[in-house]
Amino acid sequence: MPLLSLSSLKKSFVSPDGERKLIVDVPHFSLEPGQQLALRGESGSGKTTFLHLIAGILAADEGSILLGDRDMAVLAEHARDRLRAESLGYIFQTFNLLQGYSCLENVLLGMAFGPGADRSRATAMLERVGLGLRLHHRPRQLSTGQQQRVAVARALANHPKLVLADEPTGNLDHRNARESLALIRETCRENGASLLLVSHDPEVLGAFEQVQDFARINQTLKEVAP
Amino acid sequence: MTLPLIIRRSLRQHAFSTTITALAIALAGGLLMSVWVVKEQSQKTFTQVNTGFDAVLGARSSKLQLVLNAIFHLEASPGNVALADYEFIRKHPAVKLAIPIAVGDNLRGFRIVGTVPDLFTEVEYTAGKKFVLTSGKIFDPAEKEAVLGSFAAQQLGLKAGDEFHPFHGLAFDERNQHADTFRVAGVLAPSNTPADKVVWIPLHGLQTMAGHDPRVATDVSAVLIQLRSPAAGFMLDMMYNKQGNRLTFAFPIGAIMAELFQKIGWFNQVLTLVAYLVALVSAAGVLAAIYNSMAARRRDIAILRALGAGRGLLFGAIVIESAVIGALGMLAAFGIYVMIVSAVAVVIRAQTGVMIETFAYNPVMLWAPPGMIGLCALCGLLPAWKAYRTDVAENLSPVS
Repeated sequence: MPLLSLSSLKKSFVSPDGERKLIVDVPHFSLEPGQQLALRGESGSGKTTFLHLIAGILAADEGSILLGDRDMAVLAEHARDRLRAESLGYIFQTFNLLQGYSCLENVLLGMAFGPGADRSRATAMLERVGLGLRLHHRPRQLSTGQQQRVAVARALANHPKLVLADEPTGNLDHRNARESLALIRETCRENGASLLLVSHDPEVLGAFEQVQDFARINQTLKEVAP
Repeated sequence: MTLPLIIRRSLRQHAFSTTITALAIALAGGLLMSVWVVKEQSQKTFTQVNTGFDAVLGARSSKLQLVLNAIFHLEASPGNVALADYEFIRKHPAVKLAIPIAVGDNLRGFRIVGTVPDLFTEVEYTAGKKFVLTSGKIFDPAEKEAVLGSFAAQQLGLKAGDEFHPFHGLAFDERNQHADTFRVAGVLAPSNTPADKVVWIPLHGLQTMAGHDPRVATDVSAVLIQLRSPAAGFMLDMMYNKQGNRLTFAFPIGAIMAELFQKIGWFNQVLTLVAYLVALVSAAGVLAAIYNSMAARRRDIAILRALGAGRGLLFGAIVIESAVIGALGMLAAFGIYVMIVSAVAVVIRAQTGVMIETFAYNPVMLWAPPGMIGLCALCGLLPAWKAYRTDVAENLSPVS
């Protein structure tokens, strides 16, 4: 049974000129437990919207998003929040760390709304990503690469079944990007989490055994393709 | 752990606006409590102060003027009471004790009042308490001696054995110094009554002071009266005020002072209204401070939402944060309150001799803090609603 199974998923937005525009139209998509898959897609192709739908940050217009046996698409917002907190980790391109909180607090908040804050687990995760001596540093006191590591630790702190990564190396230099990507993949494997990563960076995509074109999944991109 | 952490960090992240807003709350809360306490305590104290007397007999005037003059040592004397009138009331069977006073001189602004030693030996200025000397003795009625109220002695820098020359009139004018020399016989202990700011000398000494009109040398300014029963007061009230037209019998003293507060009740109401408005404006400051910081907060809110925080939790966090700012402000408000009431108490004591107690319990101290905190929480509802409505996806930029 797939970990994630999408069918007939649609999401549209109303553009500033009042026209309703379909951004995501995915007839079918699935991800197996433990699978690590990279989606190739250009900027503006709706990749973030696609991940937001899976995470339940956005509500789908139509279709189903089965995460295990629960359909994210039909859940009320508070239930989506709960499911996201319990089952998902999310790594953003700009890391989205809370600047007023320490590294440890950022990671603790990654668990707080799901399984509950566990200080020893949070500390262990930060030690795993090499930040055992930076627990009480604020994000702005860290290098960009270190901030990305905090984001990785936070995404995996709540024992997620699925980690979503949106251009996670987009703000890093080559060396940091390579190291960070390896870390994300390793820690997902260690924690038994599936990984769904979207990127347009050939170097990042080249590191994955399984890569799919987002344009092949999202029907709206096929319609505009020449 | 999560909610307190979010609130604590938010307060720290916006420490400057939090501090300024809490200070505004502190000033408003302190002002509100001060206005309330000064208003209630002054009303209570002034209507209860009678320095041990039930009534005042004086020249024809308003009862209030008579009480203010004879009991509180404020206002000018409305005129004199002839010796015969004093003797008549002193011997009246309904009167337990009659103490004459004479005014008309001052010592560097402190009123000099002529009286008899019975005032210090016979009268309980409040139940169970007689005047007590901290030094010296009571004046000899036949000598040019004085007993100083505690506040007057402190302000004038006089002690037992010191000498002084009185000044003519109730207002101090150094050109109007009398030639007579008085010696301080004793200093009274603080009584927290108007007696504290008076320089007491023998009645005869004031009546016969050089420069005073010898034709009225036996007159007194007023007579302080203790009655044998309250019913006697109504009988004397009828006799002097309704049937007579030469003298005024001010009775009961507490009711006369209460009338004064009723007359200035509108002023109290305006003062209270202003204090409420200041409290309201400062609570609105909480709204403005948090509302204006919402642009900076949106990203954090979106991140917390992305981590799984519910809208309700973040709504609650903002409301509680507003309440915490209110609570911090109200903690500091007690400091502001102490400063304001202490300063007001000094002024009231200097003017009237009556002491306002800064640390005395007043119900406002119980209802003002939760009231203010509740108001701040209420003001947090609008920014909390804005937080509730924050679009998560829109604030988790960039979008790829």
